Amino acid sequence: MAKVRGAVVVDKEGCKGCGLCVVACPQNVLALNKDVNSRGYHYSYMANPEECIGCAHCGLVCPDTCITIYRVKL
Amino acid sequence: MEIQDIIKPENLVYSKSKLQVDVISHYCPGCSHGVVHKIVSEVIDELGIQEKTIGVSPVGCAVFAYNLIDIDWQEAAHGRAPAVATGIARTNPDKIVFTYQGDGDLASIGAAEILHACNRGENLVVIFINNGIYGMTGGQMAPTTLVGQVTSTTPMGRTVELNGYPLKITELIAQLPGVHYCTRQSVHTAATVRRCKNAIRKAFQNVMDKKGTSFVEVTSTCNSGWKMTPVQANDWMVEHMFTEYPQGELKDNDKKG
Repeated sequence: MAKVRGAVVVDKEGCKGCGLCVVACPQNVLALNKDVNSRGYHYSYMANPEECIGCAHCGLVCPDTCITIYRVKL
Repeated sequence: MEIQDIIKPENLVYSKSKLQVDVISHYCPGCSHGVVHKIVSEVIDELGIQEKTIGVSPVGCAVFAYNLIDIDWQEAAHGRAPAVATGIARTNPDKIVFTYQGDGDLASIGAAEILHACNRGENLVVIFINNGIYGMTGGQMAPTTLVGQVTSTTPMGRTVELNGYPLKITELIAQLPGVHYCTRQSVHTAATVRRCKNAIRKAFQNVMDKKGTSFVEVTSTCNSGWKMTPVQANDWMVEHMFTEYPQGELKDNDKKG
């Protein structure tokens, strides 16, 4: 079991669905939603939340700064 | 452990810088400009110079940068940001002045201004976004376009016979004695974003210490202009741009013995 758990909060309306966070995630946590936001973009979401380690790679590469990251040590 | 137990203010590790205005930017999805804006905001915030910093924005996609970062801005005519910044820096020596320019602005119409400002060693940070294309106007060829690269004005690819060679302006600028620090970075992965942030922080620190011009090129993507997805554009940049524009430091006078 992982020693840290993380969580990612994506600002649904700010996300433009570029998919850079999906590629940047080393744990394959993020994916683009089938659903769209009010501007028609397939926003990013945590498809696999148990695997998140809060490394912040997704937040660093996000061009729209719509990702907030939390992390706890277990 | 439930997600709600993790999402608490005390567990926060990364969030939007308070200098970034809470609006949705005009940039295309996946544009490198957004990442560089974020880095600039974080660096200004961390150095505590929000009240002292004046940015000079170019003509190009970053023309609306004043809507996105909460500092003082001055808009310059196309390519003339280093000349305007020279005036601001000389009349306000206590301020930290930076220009933020694209490759069409800096390497083409503004080539004279940037070379002379750097040669005079003006106390400026220059952030140069090089994506090899005129993104804002519809993907025309820029001086930095690679040989063979397809743009809307070189539909068969850029040729040396007709269009000459890509202009490596960062290498030119690194030779000038007025330039204190010159580096080329990129922002396509988390590791390169961290490296780029260190370079931009060093550049701002140099200006605070009045060491002369600090020049940071950020090799970037323009996925709309290149007609690719953001992820494809990053891969294309690594494969093609990095051979023409090698990453790393070109000059650092601090490291001279």
